[in-house]
Amino acid sequence: MENVIKLKKMASKNSIYIVLIALVIVISIASPNFLTFENIINLVTTESIKGMLALGVAFCILAKGIDLSVGSIVALSAVVSASLIQEPSYVAKLFPGLDLPGAGGIIVAVMAGILVGTLFGAINGALIAYTKIPPFIATLGSMVVVRGLAMLYTNAYPVPMLKPGFKAIGQKSILNIPNLAWILVIFVVVAWFLLNYTRFGSNVYAIGGNIEAAKVAGIKVKKNLIWIYTWSAFCAAVSGVLLASRTGSGIATLGVQYELDAIAAATIGGVSHSGGIGRIGGVVAGILILGVVNNGLLLLGVSPYVQQIVKGLIIVSAVVFDMRKHAKAS
Amino acid sequence: MNDYILEMRGVTKEFPGVRALDNVNLKIRKGTVHALMGENGAGKSTLMKCLLGIYSMTEGEILLKDKKVNIRDTITALNLGISMIHQELNTVNERTVTQNIWLGREPLKSNKIMLDHKRMKEDTKELLERLHMDIDPDAKMGDLTVAKMQMVEIAKAISYNADVVIMDEPTSALTETEVKHLFGIIESLKKNNVTIIYISHKMEEIFKICEEVTVFRDGKYVGSDKVENFDIDKLITMMVGRELNEMFPKIDCEIGETLLKVENLSSEGAFNNVSFELKKGEILGFAGLVGAGRTEVAETIFGMRTKTSGDIYVNGEKTDIKNPNMALQKRFFLLPEDRKKNGIIPALSVMKNITIANMGKYVKGLILNYKLIKKDSKDYIKKINIKTPSIDTLIQSLSGGNQQKVLVARALLTKPDILIIDEPTRGIDVGAKSEIHSLITKLAEQGKAIIMISSEMPEILGMSDRILVMYEGKLTGIIDRKEATQEVVMRYATNRM
Repeated sequence: MENVIKLKKMASKNSIYIVLIALVIVISIASPNFLTFENIINLVTTESIKGMLALGVAFCILAKGIDLSVGSIVALSAVVSASLIQEPSYVAKLFPGLDLPGAGGIIVAVMAGILVGTLFGAINGALIAYTKIPPFIATLGSMVVVRGLAMLYTNAYPVPMLKPGFKAIGQKSILNIPNLAWILVIFVVVAWFLLNYTRFGSNVYAIGGNIEAAKVAGIKVKKNLIWIYTWSAFCAAVSGVLLASRTGSGIATLGVQYELDAIAAATIGGVSHSGGIGRIGGVVAGILILGVVNNGLLLLGVSPYVQQIVKGLIIVSAVVFDMRKHAKAS
Repeated sequence: MNDYILEMRGVTKEFPGVRALDNVNLKIRKGTVHALMGENGAGKSTLMKCLLGIYSMTEGEILLKDKKVNIRDTITALNLGISMIHQELNTVNERTVTQNIWLGREPLKSNKIMLDHKRMKEDTKELLERLHMDIDPDAKMGDLTVAKMQMVEIAKAISYNADVVIMDEPTSALTETEVKHLFGIIESLKKNNVTIIYISHKMEEIFKICEEVTVFRDGKYVGSDKVENFDIDKLITMMVGRELNEMFPKIDCEIGETLLKVENLSSEGAFNNVSFELKKGEILGFAGLVGAGRTEVAETIFGMRTKTSGDIYVNGEKTDIKNPNMALQKRFFLLPEDRKKNGIIPALSVMKNITIANMGKYVKGLILNYKLIKKDSKDYIKKINIKTPSIDTLIQSLSGGNQQKVLVARALLTKPDILIIDEPTRGIDVGAKSEIHSLITKLAEQGKAIIMISSEMPEILGMSDRILVMYEGKLTGIIDRKEATQEVVMRYATNRM
């Protein structure tokens, strides 16, 4: 009897992984092409960009906030990076005289994209910490502003013809596994490490769980908020640069609505919008569940409109399920 | 050099519109347990929050070990060796006991980046064992009982190895065994020369463990002395110490038949076995200290809180009120305590605020009868003298007293027989106060039965026909108007009969 209860508890605690495994089993029965090495690698690579966003946004949600600006940051970082690393032979360059040669040039382009994007995270965090406007509003504002900046910077024209060295980052593989997938794995490990093995992570949980308790314990809430949103923007900026590299051009309309997919993945993964609840393992599962649904339904030839409907239903039922679980626990 | 570890001099703290502390002094001797006493709102907790850097003082200075210190925030206070057990629990319920104790100061490994989970857990185990607390360091905080959570908070405050530990009502959530346990901990802290500032309403605790007492009243310092120079009478007199100088327009009116009868009403965790009767034309005051369970009784009668046992009779008929809607149908109305949070709808007009609970009456088919709404609003603005430029003025621009009158108008429109008013004049200036008081009296004169919950002694004494006093979820007595004095009420409110 006790074992049954234990098992139930275990199942309830790990329900998200069980759902993921069940989905994988169902889809691999329906489509034999699903569970092949190529397809799984393909799935992870496809989800890597949005996955990285989810890893960033998850921190904001854990701290009882949200970050709507990540999709726009993807675009801004992508166009900034791309603009610095166009082929010198290309006539319609954004900066006609500019040629940053060799590996140094690539590093400059990558760093510039990451820096510019990350800067907006610090601004988001400072806005939320010091003006006390709700994170939804603060990041809604920067979502619009940052998208506008990306448009303004490129005059809404694509920034194509990037140097092969730059494109290699997002297009090449190591050990038969695309770099994008490797980078996602690195970010998962870093996010997991931050949350579980640093004071910063512990503070994130405390701020989201009970901000008053965090304050009385002497935690510098404002400083931590700035870091939380900076981390989220950093994840977005890196994905933006990678996206430019992978697609070979920077476009100001990249990443539209990516923030919603990122929030969906984190939410499905059990990160609670009431703050302080959630694990990186869950977020990864959330990313993969969305990936499996996308990929599986595509393989089965289901209309993309049906996919949309399925995704929406999954988001809502995940939260309903999660809330009932927590209501029972308390 | 003197033996005071801590001095607070001339502390004044102003909040918008309120002076919570007025030139207050406090001197604490090293290694003693020093009690802070006073009624609700006397300023004890506010003073301690200033000491801990949660509030910044408007004026005043703090001397720690004879040195002037500037406590800007909580970290500064903690680093100076001052920690606090707060009145309200400050726990992160989704995290473990260990994580809660070391929050914000988790031990790091030698690389200065990674948390040292192993040491954190060992330190917690050692701490809990040293304090003889039988609590699992890995348990989720939210899974513990409130008493256990409070014990963890106590352990946490002690784990700072502070020189001064402030305990703000530490026993309010504890059972008797745990209180004994806490007193043992306090004794051993004293042996280690730790100084304790102890805030409590419970007289017996003060006389048992404290060496000195400082009394506050209405944000002012009243006096300070060794505990052996006090007895309960003297302490109570110092705490209440004011004359009934405000005039209360209470009119003696005819008291009719019983409207409401409550028998052995209990709501688990809040109060137990409360019985009373309420008659037509009567004002029944509910007195007691914060946390006595008065509001909870009112909420239960009104159907906002589930009763675990007991019966409610309305007009002699047993009634089961499951939700506020049923209460309204039985002609009850509750004016809640926190006017800003639960009462007014700030962005709506005076007219909408007056009529919102009565919309059913104004619906004709699908359309609201605005003519009637306007008429009713105007009638009541005149009837109870609400000072507002027009019926379309937003309620948030009115004064506190007029906002309260709008809420009374809202209640009256539903033609209630039984009116429950929780803290009717909190945060209202003196002039408006007496207007609200005469309004309440007039309602009683019209035959309404009124329950008035109040933490203000003069109001309770001046307005009530009878006073029901509660202490820690128990009814300790019902006092008749003739016998009621501040001292008597205070005795019942502190369970010292």
